[in-house]
Amino acid sequence: MSTTTADPATSNAPEAALANRARFASLVQRQGALAIFVVVVAVASVSFDTFASRGNLTGIAVQASFLAMLALGMTFVIMTGGIDLSVGSVFALGGVLAAWGSQHGTLVAFVLPLAVCGAIGLVQGLVIARGGLPPFIVTLAGLLFARGLLLLLSDEGATTYKVPRGSSFRELAQGELLGVPYPVILVVVFFAIGALVLHRTSYGASVLAIGGQEDAADLMGLPVQRTKVLTYVASALLAGFGGVMIASYTSSGVTILGVGTELEAIAAVVLGGTLLTGGAGTVLGTLVGVLLLQVIKNVINQVGSLDSDWQSVVSGTILLLVVTLQRFLTRVERR
Amino acid sequence: MTPQHTTAAAVAVGDPVLQTVGVTKSFSGVRALEGVDFELRAGEIHTLVGENGAGKSTLIKVLTGVYTPDGGEVRYAGETVHFRRPADAQHAGISTIYQEVNLVPLLSVARNIFLGREPRRFGLIDVGAMNKRARELMAELGIDIDVTAELGRLGLGSQQMVALARAMSVDSRVVIMDEPTSSLESAEVETLFRVARGLRDRGVGLVFVSHRLDELWELCDRVTILRDGQWVHTGPMAQTTRLELVSKMLGRDVDEVRAGGATEFGASHRQSGEPALVVSGLDVANRLHGVDLTVHPGEVVGLAGLLGSGRSETVKAVYGALKARSGEVSVAGRKVRTGSVRGALASGVALLSEDRKAEGIVPDLSVRDNIALAVLPRMSRAGVVSEARIDALVDTFMKRLRIKASSPDQKVRELSGGNQQKVLIARWLATEPTVFLLDEPTRGIDVGAKAEVQALIDELAEQGLAVVLISSEMDELVEGADRIVVLHDGHVQAELDSTDLSSSELLAALAGDRAADPQAPIETEGQHA
Repeated sequence: MSTTTADPATSNAPEAALANRARFASLVQRQGALAIFVVVVAVASVSFDTFASRGNLTGIAVQASFLAMLALGMTFVIMTGGIDLSVGSVFALGGVLAAWGSQHGTLVAFVLPLAVCGAIGLVQGLVIARGGLPPFIVTLAGLLFARGLLLLLSDEGATTYKVPRGSSFRELAQGELLGVPYPVILVVVFFAIGALVLHRTSYGASVLAIGGQEDAADLMGLPVQRTKVLTYVASALLAGFGGVMIASYTSSGVTILGVGTELEAIAAVVLGGTLLTGGAGTVLGTLVGVLLLQVIKNVINQVGSLDSDWQSVVSGTILLLVVTLQRFLTRVERR
Repeated sequence: MTPQHTTAAAVAVGDPVLQTVGVTKSFSGVRALEGVDFELRAGEIHTLVGENGAGKSTLIKVLTGVYTPDGGEVRYAGETVHFRRPADAQHAGISTIYQEVNLVPLLSVARNIFLGREPRRFGLIDVGAMNKRARELMAELGIDIDVTAELGRLGLGSQQMVALARAMSVDSRVVIMDEPTSSLESAEVETLFRVARGLRDRGVGLVFVSHRLDELWELCDRVTILRDGQWVHTGPMAQTTRLELVSKMLGRDVDEVRAGGATEFGASHRQSGEPALVVSGLDVANRLHGVDLTVHPGEVVGLAGLLGSGRSETVKAVYGALKARSGEVSVAGRKVRTGSVRGALASGVALLSEDRKAEGIVPDLSVRDNIALAVLPRMSRAGVVSEARIDALVDTFMKRLRIKASSPDQKVRELSGGNQQKVLIARWLATEPTVFLLDEPTRGIDVGAKAEVQALIDELAEQGLAVVLISSEMDELVEGADRIVVLHDGHVQAELDSTDLSSSELLAALAGDRAADPQAPIETEGQHA
């Protein structure tokens, strides 16, 4: 791949060295989470013989699948240069609605939460795109709204709806295909679609262009508003679907779920190398970020003497390290 | 979702493709365009010329759908059109290339060229085909750029080329280039011109805006001159001389000005003693190349020059707001540290900036507070402000400058432009400056206030202040300044004594002809006319 430009080329050797360094920096920046992930997994496999067991790995994958759904939507939102703080509450609301709905049939358990969550996303998206209001505030309002709705539905959290015994709805998160739990398969399928949408559709191109330079995207005649609305709807739908999955997994609508989960999702996206300012990043990076957070939790649980509160301490530290590294590498890259 | 190209009727080369008829546009009561007629023909490169505020950018924004005109109409391929958004104009086949590249830096070159119109296969973007077509396009343009490279990593010139390639790939009927060359190297400019000529030969109509005058004769077929929001002249470039262009742009015959006495400026001032301000070899990266300037106490020195000549940059660098690469500034014989506003202020330099809204006035504060702003540190003891001293000071200046406000507590936003300007002048005078730099002090204020500000400048000089006056109005410079320093492309082109100044001398100097510089050997090769 030649990187010559129309500029008259200056001396070649140092130029090439710089280009190599830049390429390496860019690689590390985009795959930094993957490197840390590989190291953590390797160390954990050696240190704890229980870690690499099939049961534990499957457990990690299933546990990570709920956050993965939220993080996938968040990736697109952040890619447009926005943020979605509502997904934690929407996730919990989706779970409660699904559990309640499952009492009236499996179809209701799917349609009801997705309709409500999608509507919340639509309103947020319209206000952000048409009204030009900051996503931070709009989705903060969405966070409060969804959590409030959830509390109203569950008598301030006192009522926990149960998925009826024998309901086929339980299969969604508890069943498996060839030994692989459905949630894991769903995550793989959704992320594959996500990657395709981001890199191979005009919607994905618009997402990247808006995050990279919104004015330019507008001047180039891209559908800026429609893209933003779609993105917030997708984010809410994915969060709601995450809720549906966890309701099936726990066979109930747990009302205390999802507090602070939006922040975990943001952390996973940023760990995965997506720029918080938007415009660049990958869907697969986000998946690695999600897995990394989940592995850290698992490892700390394996160390019997450590309080589980250490999970957040370690996750926070790693997040800080990674973003500092990214910033440093960006500087190296841009010289 | 591929944008639909509205297929307007084909336009034969030489026929008008894009026109405005009597277009009018105002912003909060101020006329930016007054009944402007403009005609771009298919297969020509047409330049739009005018000083700051002449209405060039507004007209371009009307043509490209950024602004909707208040009156008049825009015709495209013979039909009246109403563009509501930039995308409308674009889909119709009008591409715009801006001074700052409007592409997405984090995406690849090929992506940028085809954003919104990517080639597809089975409904998905066909990256291979996209890169291939981008490569072909680049080859056609004769540009050597890796189309898979991230756009932001390319030089500005290359980015401009990508913008052009994008314009070409959408089969534009009209390409508007708003100062595309201002950040390009000369080799890049050559390539840009080559591509532009290629487009013209294919029957595309191009609008080209640049404040590098030489480029206009090199590239353009016809010229339209705007002044104060009005159409002034349209004609073939080859039949327009430099002098003609510049005088039509600036609008006034100097001799006429001298005879008429259009301003309130009085006679020349006595200059006495040691110079108050000495600037030598002031150099700002890409902007100023060794500017020298000397101002004596009681003297008004005018800084003249066309847009982009470095007038504002010179005073900003003296004031420390622009970082100087090299050069010295001394005030009253003492050297001032360059690149520091605090340093400049402390040695007695004040700058009345060109854009009083953005850089000066605090609209929601009272007249009193606006005047006192710069002297607060001096008026306070141990952090406590002496209200009585401020009141006295504000009272003095309001009387001396005849500021018309209901009371010192009236908010500045409620005052007229002229009075706002006086409040700003009062603010700087309160700091008791030795050197006062005035950047377009009378722009955008009404005639009466203009006269008062002009009289005030005179008065200040008579009281011994050293004044540097920047103005785009010839009358102000000729009548108001004792000497005129003409800048061109960031260096001093000529220094003229305003008392025996001839119109041709000043215009020639402004146009950048070396012949006007008495110190330079007479040569005419610089004249492209």
